[in-house]
Amino acid sequence: MQQADLLIIGGGPAGVTAAIYAARKGLDFMMISRDIGGQAAWSGRIENYTGCQVVSGPELTARFEEHLKIFSIKLVQPETALSLTRDGRRFRVSGERDTYSASAVIVATGKRSRLLGVKGEKEFLGRGLTYCAVCDGPLFAGRNVAVIGGGNSALDAALQMSRIASRVYVLESSGSFTADTILIDRLSAAGNVEVYKNASVIEVRGGRFVEDIRFSAQGKESILPVSGVFVEIGLVPNSEFAAIASRNGKGEIKVDCSNGTDVPGLFAAGDVTDVPEKQIIIAAGDGAKAALSAARYLLSL
Amino acid sequence: MKNVKVYSTPTCPYCIRLKQFLKESNVVFEDIDVSVDRAAADEIVDRTGQMGVPVVDIEGELIVGFDRERVKQALGLV
Repeated sequence: MQQADLLIIGGGPAGVTAAIYAARKGLDFMMISRDIGGQAAWSGRIENYTGCQVVSGPELTARFEEHLKIFSIKLVQPETALSLTRDGRRFRVSGERDTYSASAVIVATGKRSRLLGVKGEKEFLGRGLTYCAVCDGPLFAGRNVAVIGGGNSALDAALQMSRIASRVYVLESSGSFTADTILIDRLSAAGNVEVYKNASVIEVRGGRFVEDIRFSAQGKESILPVSGVFVEIGLVPNSEFAAIASRNGKGEIKVDCSNGTDVPGLFAAGDVTDVPEKQIIIAAGDGAKAALSAARYLLSL
Repeated sequence: MKNVKVYSTPTCPYCIRLKQFLKESNVVFEDIDVSVDRAAADEIVDRTGQMGVPVVDIEGELIVGFDRERVKQALGLV
């Protein structure tokens, strides 16, 4: 069991900024996180973070790490929080590696890729099925691939793959794309892309690697032979472990304008919350607010 | 000095992070871009039985992804 006044869970822009503010306030705190950078680490080009005209996700993450290193922060990494409970006047967090006790907690655990929830998805993860087209896409050069989804990240992935794959099938489930018009236009201009609307994937199949997907569209079942399946159907908040706080219908933790939740001493920041916009700079700003609110809360005890 | 090879793509964030980490640790490595080297791509898919990058080969031990702790152990940095 490790103890501190404040525990910060998560190491993305929100968690890192909260840690910097907590360190500057001289709080007794520690941080647990699966990684540093969070979703920002996966971003290609970031062009809207004030002070950085253009910065890549990995570069920004390296700068986050450098900034953290200035302070001697107690960081447990990689660590994943599994449960968060109230234990008298303190919070108790059980992680995969250890348990933690703190008077105040900031949840900054971000979001993860939404799963398709079909047969074969887990089995073929990393063996043709991926949630990161920007990472693994080039391994599918010259092959046929399917992109599942109809939003900006799905069409981004489809366009990226259309330049290197042999054929790209895009399967979207709602009847129309929700992506920006500019991406839809580019997709229609690509010569090797085939779109299936109102399509729902039933199963991913194969042997050692993915060989095909079974799906239904307009009441008809079909099979597409593909080596790659890129799942781009949005994100879900990593908030299950923090169920003691109220969450909205999307599972996002509800916060007030000071990043407090409905549980005194429990704060949340970044993409895991119901803040209206999910942006790196907003997550960072909310991390700062959460740390300052937590500092004020700790003083009041 | 251990023989270290990194199989990566130019666009993959964790490939960049892995290579940054190796450079900071003063580890000399060969960087193989599997987005242009198809033979190397096929080889690494076959040897690891999976289709993700980065893969780092440290004296024949293959580590998939950026697993800092395992890389440190394989390099004898801990």
